[in-house]
Amino acid sequence: MIPAFIVENSPALMIIVPLVAAFITPFIGRISHGIRSLWVGGAMATTSAVTLLLAFDVYNAGTRLYVFGASAASMALPPDSGGIPIRIIFEVDPMSALMLVITAVSGFAIVLYSLASEKSHSGLESYYTLYLLMITGILGMVSTGDIFNFFVFLEILSLASAGLIAYRIDGGVAVEAALKYFVLSTIGALAILVAIGIYYGEYNALNMAMIATRMQFSLLDQVALVLIIAALAMKCGAVPMHFWTPDAYSMAPSSITALLVVASQASLYGLFRTVFTLYNVTLNAFTVGWLIIILGILSMVVGVTMAIPQKNVKRLMAYHAVSQTGYMLLGVGVGLAVLGNQSLMDAFGYMAMEGGIFHIINHAMYKGLLFLTAGAIFLRIGTYNLNKMGGLGHSMKWTMIFFIIGALAIAGIPPFNGFASKLMIYESVFVFNPIIAIIAMVVSILTLASFVKVFHSIFMGPKLPEYAEVKEAPMPMLVGMGILALVVILFGLFPNIVVESLIAPAAHALVDQGAYIGAVLGGA
Amino acid sequence: MFWNLPLFAVVALTVVGLATIVLKKNLIKVFLGITILESAVNLFLISLGYREGGIAPIYTNAPATAMVLPTPQALTLTSIVIGVATSALLLSFAIIIWKRYGSIDIDKIRRLKE
Amino acid sequence: MDLATTLVTGTGFWNPLAWILGLIVAFIIAWIIYSLGEKGFKQGTAQAEPFISGNPEPEKGMVHVRAGNLYWGYMEALKGYYDRLVPIHTGNLHDYVLWFLGITALFLVLVVVFV
Repeated sequence: MIPAFIVENSPALMIIVPLVAAFITPFIGRISHGIRSLWVGGAMATTSAVTLLLAFDVYNAGTRLYVFGASAASMALPPDSGGIPIRIIFEVDPMSALMLVITAVSGFAIVLYSLASEKSHSGLESYYTLYLLMITGILGMVSTGDIFNFFVFLEILSLASAGLIAYRIDGGVAVEAALKYFVLSTIGALAILVAIGIYYGEYNALNMAMIATRMQFSLLDQVALVLIIAALAMKCGAVPMHFWTPDAYSMAPSSITALLVVASQASLYGLFRTVFTLYNVTLNAFTVGWLIIILGILSMVVGVTMAIPQKNVKRLMAYHAVSQTGYMLLGVGVGLAVLGNQSLMDAFGYMAMEGGIFHIINHAMYKGLLFLTAGAIFLRIGTYNLNKMGGLGHSMKWTMIFFIIGALAIAGIPPFNGFASKLMIYESVFVFNPIIAIIAMVVSILTLASFVKVFHSIFMGPKLPEYAEVKEAPMPMLVGMGILALVVILFGLFPNIVVESLIAPAAHALVDQGAYIGAVLGGA
Repeated sequence: MFWNLPLFAVVALTVVGLATIVLKKNLIKVFLGITILESAVNLFLISLGYREGGIAPIYTNAPATAMVLPTPQALTLTSIVIGVATSALLLSFAIIIWKRYGSIDIDKIRRLKE
Repeated sequence: MDLATTLVTGTGFWNPLAWILGLIVAFIIAWIIYSLGEKGFKQGTAQAEPFISGNPEPEKGMVHVRAGNLYWGYMEALKGYYDRLVPIHTGNLHDYVLWFLGITALFLVLVVVFV
């Protein structure tokens, strides 16, 4: 049915299709706008299809290895190299496969949304080119097994996102936001490059499995660990390095903000891959685990308390993105703090990690949905200022329904998916340390409070005279939002199926360093 | 001690670069600081590959067989190219901010706060 | 409704389909009680107007409470906390970079000292 050639080469196709399509887009754009929309939609659909194919294959058959420049995966260790993998490889294990699923679904829904929301803007060939480049960057970051390759895709992602954040120049304010994001991003990426240099100098290897095999936790390795943790935590918006997040998320076009959420989670994936696969039990799991837990708690609390007084709806949602990242850091940090202690891991460690990882996919879905509704409202009214909005529930009914679904999901109200992952985090963290679980629950209540405020300001109230001719959002935007809302509802109604088939393999693959190394080096 | 000279230069350049980014108010000087920081990291990468008495890693008509490592040179080339793209994007941001805000003083580019 | 649809955490369980079933049952009971009451009102008469004690109805824009005023009590109660937190978000690029470098330095000290 699907040619074996495509299934075998799907990791390479996953990168090649959006990359080549991105560079051909400006030429196609000269023909007409309609053909360009078809081209971009088709390219993204093909990418999503190949990505989902790869993810499905990994979940069924186990970790997939793809060696660039060799004829088969068994050539990862060339016979005359003395057991050293010398080519760049893509190693897709179940945790990477989860991130691939998120990117495929979000990328496709958001490109459908963009076709309508960006129709009236100029410079669209740059928009779609950079969009496809952003997708390439995210897909490459989460599947690669080579740490310098990770850095290259990280930079592709940063450059494309910075260009897209500044897309609507907005009197210069969007460019200011992109500038702040990009300067911080560059300094962080340089820190990661120094860490990569340290690994190369010590172990003469750039392959993640090779570094993991040879890792001794010397002083230089500790420095490299700190550089990578700080840089990647800054890229995903952990407090106290989160200052760029509200600026960048509020000034980007809404579709790009939804994709920036996925990009931040790819950085979070990088953080987990470093800590769990490169180091695993060689690091002082208790200290580093508590470090990540403290980052998580600070993010949760500062994120939600800064969100409540905001007047700009996208800045408010951006602070909530910071807060929800705190939940993911908390869940996985608790898992890290008890790493190595098998009885505690079985008691609550795996559950905490599964909660954190489940929260990653849930957050991408409902946060993307919320940002897309904010964009739909902006398309119709032209402002993000909450003080000027009101009474839109009369005319924008579908947008209101999608907003309600997203707001209830983020606040952790049953039966949506936010509740399932938050329940897992609460129950496992409570066994670890009750006070942290109580802080997490209070943050959840404040999240609900702030979204009730947003809902009342935008949709409730009498029909205002200045918004009398506001119509519903156009159909492509509703379809894009509908895809994400459908995932939110389905994940909420069947959380056990999702956890068993998608999340638990990811959590176990993350913790199991031996399996990761064994896939490359052939039998630990 | 002499062979550690590149690493001393790396530390010096890093300190100069970070100090420029943090202390200078002119946006262009901040970008120059980023460029200096990138040069420091590139120098660090290259100096990792040095082997005493090695020649350039080119096999054609090689006068000797002891060569310096070529992998860090590849990493550095990639990093230089990324640096070029970064500088181009940052400078285009500076042009647009100059046109719209009228100033490139970091203390005045603060319309997004709290 | 069996084990396949129940999420089991280490210390509890959650079954969304059973919860929705319970919710539907509760709604049906509430609807039965609601339908035993007064049947409707006369449209177009004074029964349909909002009751504001005979005062003139203000214009639509004035009736709607805006977002900035909604949580005034909460903001007043936590004034000390917000007066310290909000000025930290200056918007100055130098502060952003300094926070990043400061946290890196702090992590370095913590990770190296507490091996």
